[in-house]
Amino acid sequence: MIKLPLLEIDSLAVDYQTGRGRVRAVDDVSFRLEKGETLGLAGESGSGKSTLGLSIMRLVPYPGVIANGHIKIDETDIIKLPEHEMRSIRGGKVGYIFQDPMTSLNPVKKIGAHFVELIRTHEPTTSEKEALERAKTVLKNLGILPERINDYPHQFSGGMRQRIMIGLAIALNPSLVIADEPTTALDVIVQEKILELLESLRKIYGMALILISHDLSIILERCDRIIVMYAGHMAEYTTGAELHRAPKHPYTERLLRSIPNIELSDQKLSAIPGSPPNMLNPPEGCRFWPRCPYVMEICRLKVPPLIAAEPSHLVRCFLYGEKGAKIE
Amino acid sequence: MSEVKIKRRIFPDFVLGFSSLTSKGPSGWMVILGLIIVLALVIMTAIGPWATPYDPIKSNVGPIRAPPSPQFPMGTNHLGQDMLSRTLVGGSIMLQVSALSVLVCFFIGVPLGLFSSYVGGFFDGALSLVIDAVYAFPGLVIAIAVAAVLGPGVVNMALSIAVVYVPSYFRIVRSQVLSIKELAYTEAARATGAKWYTIISRYIFPNVIPSIVVVITVNFADAVLTAAGLTFIGLGVTYDIPDWSWDLTNGWKYLSSRAWWIISFPGLMIILLALGFTLIGEGMSELLNPKLQR
Amino acid sequence: MGKKVLRLSEIVKVENLRKYFPVQKSFLEQIFARRMRYVKAVDDVTFPIKKGEIFTLAGESGCGKTTTGRLVVRLLNPTSGKIYFNDLDITELQGEKLRLLRRKMQIIFQDPYASLNPRMRIGDAVGHPLEMHGLAKGEDKEKVVLDVLEKVGLTPPQQFINLHPHQLSGGQRQRAALARSIILQPEFIVADEPVSMIDVSLRTTIIDLMLGFRKELGLTYLFITHDLAVAKYISDRIAVMYLGKIIEIGSKERLFLKPMHPYTQALMSAIPVPDPKRKRKPIELKGEVPSAINIPSGCRFHPRCPDKKETCALKEPELVEIEKDHLVACHLD
Repeated sequence: MIKLPLLEIDSLAVDYQTGRGRVRAVDDVSFRLEKGETLGLAGESGSGKSTLGLSIMRLVPYPGVIANGHIKIDETDIIKLPEHEMRSIRGGKVGYIFQDPMTSLNPVKKIGAHFVELIRTHEPTTSEKEALERAKTVLKNLGILPERINDYPHQFSGGMRQRIMIGLAIALNPSLVIADEPTTALDVIVQEKILELLESLRKIYGMALILISHDLSIILERCDRIIVMYAGHMAEYTTGAELHRAPKHPYTERLLRSIPNIELSDQKLSAIPGSPPNMLNPPEGCRFWPRCPYVMEICRLKVPPLIAAEPSHLVRCFLYGEKGAKIE
Repeated sequence: MSEVKIKRRIFPDFVLGFSSLTSKGPSGWMVILGLIIVLALVIMTAIGPWATPYDPIKSNVGPIRAPPSPQFPMGTNHLGQDMLSRTLVGGSIMLQVSALSVLVCFFIGVPLGLFSSYVGGFFDGALSLVIDAVYAFPGLVIAIAVAAVLGPGVVNMALSIAVVYVPSYFRIVRSQVLSIKELAYTEAARATGAKWYTIISRYIFPNVIPSIVVVITVNFADAVLTAAGLTFIGLGVTYDIPDWSWDLTNGWKYLSSRAWWIISFPGLMIILLALGFTLIGEGMSELLNPKLQR
Repeated sequence: MGKKVLRLSEIVKVENLRKYFPVQKSFLEQIFARRMRYVKAVDDVTFPIKKGEIFTLAGESGCGKTTTGRLVVRLLNPTSGKIYFNDLDITELQGEKLRLLRRKMQIIFQDPYASLNPRMRIGDAVGHPLEMHGLAKGEDKEKVVLDVLEKVGLTPPQQFINLHPHQLSGGQRQRAALARSIILQPEFIVADEPVSMIDVSLRTTIIDLMLGFRKELGLTYLFITHDLAVAKYISDRIAVMYLGKIIEIGSKERLFLKPMHPYTQALMSAIPVPDPKRKRKPIELKGEVPSAINIPSGCRFHPRCPDKKETCALKEPELVEIEKDHLVACHLD
């Protein structure tokens, strides 16, 4: 039985038309997401991971525009969808958790009002009373006292606000939730609770999750499959276990060696020389070549294609030939 | 010594900045347009005295209240003076008054703002209270009150307007300083052992300048209009030197007798001057704001 | 000034340091309020730092580590307590003496985007300390600046000297800030979360630079971080802070081998590990960190402690040495 993918992205390219030139923030990204699967988007600043997440919701801010490719949610190509239909998908089929809980909630609206607005926008026949009841249920699942439905955002701590954000993202039982750096602004103990909460809710409601983060540790811990992004390109795409066991892209390999692991003693961390490229003027050829220890002549000239070095392990690097064998 | 260094650095920045204005989109064009208007009026006023076809203050060079004609393109007023000549040189007072008031404001408002917010504490609180009280008054009312006390004249007019505007400089500078004071680079300077005047002059002031520029241009525009207002009430210049607001005040009476040209041309000049400054100010605030955000 | 407070090997010592911030009140409240409320950011903190070591203050936001760092370099003035530097009581130092002290202690900040004056070229910003203290001017100053820029890896230095901060990336700016901090050849540097706002792939570079300078310039570091994994990599000794107090302090080895305080244990168990096979078992803590205005009675951690006893709510525990180079403030021992 062939499972129909929940999300299918094909050769996606997203550009920002800035005053100083065109920046291709996302370049030739393709992947599929099954129902209930967790996908991690790992990368640093400028990698394009956030833009990719936003483009799935068609929320890329001006002057960004989807320049190429297809995004199919449940077989529907959402790029060409009229705005009012897209609106029902946002929040309804796909939920989004933003990075900064401090500013993502409306400070002059009660928490209950946030939920009511969300529910009634998508299901206009719901009465306010019903919506509030549903909101209270969601709050209970989040570990927040239902009476706090009448409180304002500033009466909650950062961790609780992020829970509320999660609540808003899942309130309408979406099939997919995109979490963009959900814990970056939070302390580690709260981060743990939030990620656990997300995981348990996901299991209860059977949602797929795209977790976007620069913290490779949390991605490795919690994601079935991982895409490592570098300068807008997919550098590597495989399962978490495989990525950790045998990373193929030099960037991934070096990255893993530069992250301190608290459970190891006497780690020898090695740095990656150079810095991420200026996206207004990325290097010719493979975007990683200025920092790559294995750079070859061809790397400076052509962008390597994404090939399957192994079934379900894609890598964009000239070190891996057509048949997937590593060229030394 | 560091002040001189700053000036040398700022100047090339401005020159480079000017030439790059054309590439900055609609805001850049606004600034350029404003600058052209203002410069044109300044040049006109400067060379006016040599360009007038008739002596601006000589009465009866032509018929009284004559409409525009080839001989008198802007007509004549009730004293038979040529309006074109008067319009060409009439900006002098306004420009002097606004420039002087901006200078006074700047050299009082900015240092006050810098010191008060840097020192903080009770002094800052008390001074802010006083400044806010002044700020709460409608500008024209204060200007009228001060002008009534000081009497007419260019310098007194400038001072009256200056009193109105010092609070704006003070507040803007203060709010900028309060936020810059907390930024890491100011703390770093302190941590390295910088003296207070070094911190203010090299770390705080240069970063406050963008916001002051906007206030300066708004100040100019408002000064022009307030000066016109003061003259209208009779608290401005009273002797007969050619002045747009003087003509405005007198020409007003003749509107009903259909002598529209007496107030229209001077009035247009006042509007243009204020508009020019406003365009510069608006354009600059748009240009400087996104940069301020990062 | 004659009494030796520090041991021979200690460069900095902090004793019973407290910093209370009065809670901001409105004008009316100031007139009518009865008593002041305080944010007890740092509440009786004592620790020595040995010459040449990297001493880390670790903890979550609000624990007081950043405030302590600023107190040590006298960017803030303590409410009470003492700070010693090289056997000199610097707590009340003012004026010129304080300025001279500043040449020996420096600080690096967390946000690379805010730590450099946007209106100064890199060369001027990095070289300004030399000018401030009258140590070098003009060409001599430029020579030193070029040299130090080279040291932090901003090469070619002649190019970077003329750039403005907005033309540099976050990692490069932090390097420039590092250059500025070492140009006076200080003995002691407080590094306040120097890598938390930098891309992951660049963190090791900055950390390696800092470690290199320790050897090359004989520096001692007070390292402040919330990231225990980084703390483990870089530190010699670590103090864990909670709500203004040090609750556990010791050598890196002891602390990570046998964390004794329930908070330390919970903190360590919550840190993600870059290994999908590893099944972490995080320790659950009730509730969240309380506000520093209303500090719980007794042991300030007791409302959240999974192992609390009766005495925990009544008496505040003292730091007690439970093994060599390992002190804990907890009633459970």
